[in-house]
Amino acid sequence: MTDDDPGWFERAGANGRGAAAVREGSADRPREWPRLAVERGVVDDESAYYECLREATLTAAREAVAERESADDQQLVHAVRALDDCARTANELTERVTEWAGTQDADAAVDIEYVRELASRTPETPVEEQVGSLAGRVAALDDQQAQLRAYIERTAPEIAPNLAALAGPVLTARLVALAGGLESLAKKPSGTVQVLGAEEALFAHLRGGADPPKHGVIYTHEAVRGTAPEHRGSAARALAGKLTIAARIDHYSGESRPELAADLEERIERIQARDSA
Amino acid sequence: MSEDHEESVLPAGVERRAIGGETGLATRGEPVYGEATDGPWRRWEPGRSKLGALLSRGVETGIAGGETVLYLGAASGTTVSHVADFAGPTYAVEFAPRPTRDLLAVAEARSNLFPLLADARRPERYAHVVEPVDTIVQDVATRGQADVALANRQFLRGNGRLVLAIKSRSEDVTRDPDAVFEDVLDTLGEGYEVLATERLDPQHTDHLGVVARPQ
Ligand SMILES: C[S@@+](CC[C@H](N)C(=O)[O-])C[C@H]1O[C@@H](n2cnc3c(N)ncnc32)[C@H](O)[C@@H]1O
Repeated sequence: MTDDDPGWFERAGANGRGAAAVREGSADRPREWPRLAVERGVVDDESAYYECLREATLTAAREAVAERESADDQQLVHAVRALDDCARTANELTERVTEWAGTQDADAAVDIEYVRELASRTPETPVEEQVGSLAGRVAALDDQQAQLRAYIERTAPEIAPNLAALAGPVLTARLVALAGGLESLAKKPSGTVQVLGAEEALFAHLRGGADPPKHGVIYTHEAVRGTAPEHRGSAARALAGKLTIAARIDHYSGESRPELAADLEERIERIQARDSA
Repeated sequence: MSEDHEESVLPAGVERRAIGGETGLATRGEPVYGEATDGPWRRWEPGRSKLGALLSRGVETGIAGGETVLYLGAASGTTVSHVADFAGPTYAVEFAPRPTRDLLAVAEARSNLFPLLADARRPERYAHVVEPVDTIVQDVATRGQADVALANRQFLRGNGRLVLAIKSRSEDVTRDPDAVFEDVLDTLGEGYEVLATERLDPQHTDHLGVVARPQ
């Protein structure tokens, strides 16, 4: 008997290490744990046992879920950074390859459609061979970008459903990336979320002189962009407030709150209506 | 099958009731997935739950109500919430974090539902928590469903019951479901005696419900 694995309650000890014991323990086989816990004087009776078990399993599952999901949010961070790198590189190389093609082709245009066409041409000279091959790589980068975007669109709503419903998957991923993870985003005050991505402007302001930034990356959201410049500050503040709430719900409880999107829409409509008033 | 016979095999705590003009299975507990309610009763929708479908078809599961249950593949808790309504201590194993979050909310509203974020293929990771049980309900929809049942047989008391939903597409999407079921039942035979099987179509396409006891 004594060489058997201990039950979770024996590992837990007296002082509330129940959740850790549930998460870290193991045993070769199940045993009559409730009866054993009573016999060994860990608890007074089985109903007290089940109360402790409930507390320990709920806490353990809550912790384990948060940990596993925050590991997933790091995948989102990498994906959106890769997306931005692909986009930037594809743009740079589009300029380079179309500029080069322009020495051979009077109709050269600086866009990805033209690059794809270049890639599909049969080269007739060594220069065309180089240009065509480079164009092929640019097109492939553009495909990769689309793939990364699809991955983000699929995973962001799983990792942060409320945030994704309010901000869209890509902006969600950017906010999570700028904060360094969903948990740190959830811990940021709304004023910080409002200017995430505008750090340079913020430091310029803090050093003195410059105006404080009204918004960071949330500028790309329709609620800010679609609002007249004089009300953008209010719109950005309202949006950041809702996004902060969404991030907290996503991190701490994960339940879906569809009413947040309706709330936001109503707020923004009221702000935008100030124009006509 | 007569109404009487169907009634007689339902676990205590599960009743056929008319709720919102429709008669069907119901249990008493906090609502979970938007099901219709009537006072303390809430509809157990057979289209959302393989165990619900089995019971509503009058299949004898051997579950009397009040027993200890190990539920494998709890997902967001749709079915296990009903199980906890009529069973005793109910251990719910699920390995995907996202549905487990929803399962947590279901467990918080119940005093006898214990969630475990764990892989059902690795029972040693929860054997220090789970006691021997009277019933195992399994709905993991993953490859190797018979192996999961065999690996967890150690939790089942000698006179206990395994109630299993086999999804053929999880084993092999391309094969004929009947052939897949035959293979799974074959492997299952290494540790269980099959007492009853029931196709769950059309509510659950290409699923087979199985009741078995350890041998
Ligand atoms: C069809 S769903 C279960 C639905 C649930 N039984 C109900 O009726 O409410 C299958 C679940 O099994 C889980 N699952 C698959 N493989 C598993 C494993 N090895 N261990 C634990 N859970 C697993 C999946 O994550 C998924 O949530």
